[in-house]
Amino acid sequence: MSKKLRTRRHRVVLNRSSGGDMGITLLLFILGVIMFLPLYYVLIQSLKPLDELFYYPPKFYVINPTFQNFADLFNLMSESWVPFSRYIFNTVYITFMGTAGNLILGSLCAYALSKIPFPGHGFFFQLIVKSLMISSAVAGTLQFVILTKLGFMDSQWAIILPTWASTLGLYLMKQFIDANISTEMLESARLDGAGEFRTFWSIAMPLVKPAWLTLIVQSFQGLWNTGASIFIQSEDLKTLNYAMSQVLSAGIVRQGAVSASTVIMLIVPIIVFVVSQSNIIETMATSGMKD
Amino acid sequence: MSKKKETVAVHNMSKAQWTWHLMKQYKVGYFMTIPFMILFFAFTVIPVFASVFVAFTDWNLLQTPNFVGFQNFITLFLNDDLFIIALKNTILFAVVVGPGSYIMSFVIAWFINELDPKVRAFVTLVFYAPSLTGSAYTIFQYIFSSDAYGLVNGWLMNFGLIDAPIRWFQTEQYIFPLCIIISLWMSLNTGFLASIAGLQGVDRAQYEAAAVDGITNRWQELWYVTLPNMKETLMFSAVLSITGAFGFGGIVTSMAGDPPTGYVGYTLTHHLGEYSGARMEFGYASAISFVLFLIQIGANMAINRALSKVGK
Repeated sequence: MSKKLRTRRHRVVLNRSSGGDMGITLLLFILGVIMFLPLYYVLIQSLKPLDELFYYPPKFYVINPTFQNFADLFNLMSESWVPFSRYIFNTVYITFMGTAGNLILGSLCAYALSKIPFPGHGFFFQLIVKSLMISSAVAGTLQFVILTKLGFMDSQWAIILPTWASTLGLYLMKQFIDANISTEMLESARLDGAGEFRTFWSIAMPLVKPAWLTLIVQSFQGLWNTGASIFIQSEDLKTLNYAMSQVLSAGIVRQGAVSASTVIMLIVPIIVFVVSQSNIIETMATSGMKD
Repeated sequence: MSKKKETVAVHNMSKAQWTWHLMKQYKVGYFMTIPFMILFFAFTVIPVFASVFVAFTDWNLLQTPNFVGFQNFITLFLNDDLFIIALKNTILFAVVVGPGSYIMSFVIAWFINELDPKVRAFVTLVFYAPSLTGSAYTIFQYIFSSDAYGLVNGWLMNFGLIDAPIRWFQTEQYIFPLCIIISLWMSLNTGFLASIAGLQGVDRAQYEAAAVDGITNRWQELWYVTLPNMKETLMFSAVLSITGAFGFGGIVTSMAGDPPTGYVGYTLTHHLGEYSGARMEFGYASAISFVLFLIQIGANMAINRALSKVGK
């Protein structure tokens, strides 16, 4: 073998020029800074006292950090004629109900599509894959009609019910079950006399924890940001994101409070993601789409 | 003995009988899928397919719909200037943001692939964070704020590059590029995570074998080893990129208003909202969503074809 191979930790290290390594690291660093800068800036803005918000030119750091903006935000909120806690409750309620429904219906369906060869299971799964290929706007027109006809106008169910049938989490879970649960394992449980629902619950579900965590996080992220909706007119049914955006519309004088609200809306999904990151990546490993 | 009898019975069954036999045997499969499927049909499958028929009527929710043939489509393409603007903008956005976000999420995932796992987890968070909340783009209203206290205006004026603050999101020439920047910033989503996982899943032994076989640099390695090994992941994240690139109107609406100044950045999503939500002209709106549907199917077929050439 005439080719020279570098080795590191007794393994072949491949085709890596140090110039290329440095170039990539540098590029990655620059891109990372660009991505992070807006988030950093909003965090800084939320901690600036009023006079610093109006410095010219705007500063990238804060001299006297304060939580005044967060206090202002809650004061502004409490001035609204619907109690602020109501908006929080609505967002938590919609997020919880939507996520729970999607998890229960989605995992049952994913398990059956993966492990029970009933006639039509291939067709159902193809429909689900195809649904990932079209944006929600396409179905939105007549979905509006259907939800209105079903009597869900001015009801939070108009937001919750469609998320029960969202397909991305189901797709990821089905692929994960395909790859991680062998039919033989289920077969032995069935021979022991366990019913299909029992097999699903006590054998399959504990093994696909990364997949259902991923489904929960996906669903949570979508619902947590629910803003103004054409379905909801009553003020006491509206969400936290909507209430926050109302503060925003008051303009420049409330910049600090708005930054504070953005930080609050961001911090919860970030924590959720950090906690579940390794599980999500594990789920994504089986996300591939066969054609 | 009884087993033999059953085999004989199977042989004598017609195809329909056999299917019926399987349906009975696996009926629990239907019990498990049906709750989801009812909602999935009600809110996705039926709306999509029904819009094909409704598109040929003048349905407005109140009166009995009349069949109007191709009238809606003729009006759309010949008499509705806003539709043409929206169609052009939608395609332009999708052509820039779709491939842009797709390539960006793959390249960044590829860059961070060889980092130490702990560093990688942190870097992943940095790149993924913007897509975590749908509302993070409100930040840009302050970065590109229309007065001198906005970050960009303030510094441009400080350096003497401009004399007066620019009203970024009210100026036609800036709306389009700014919205594209924001959507690219937010576009590292599930497809990005899938790329990271896909790259991790490529067997290391293949790289070593390829090095022995005479692959000399990381570009060849990418093209001949990495990409062919993760085609299925590439397909999945391409699908998500396309869907994301067409679901674009939200950013324009919250940054520049609906309709935006001079209808710059006015997309099919806005046009759909106008005819379904505001005017209740569901026949016409269905024609718009049918056009959007066809474009998305076409985009998916194109990407499928392009990916089949990878590694060749």
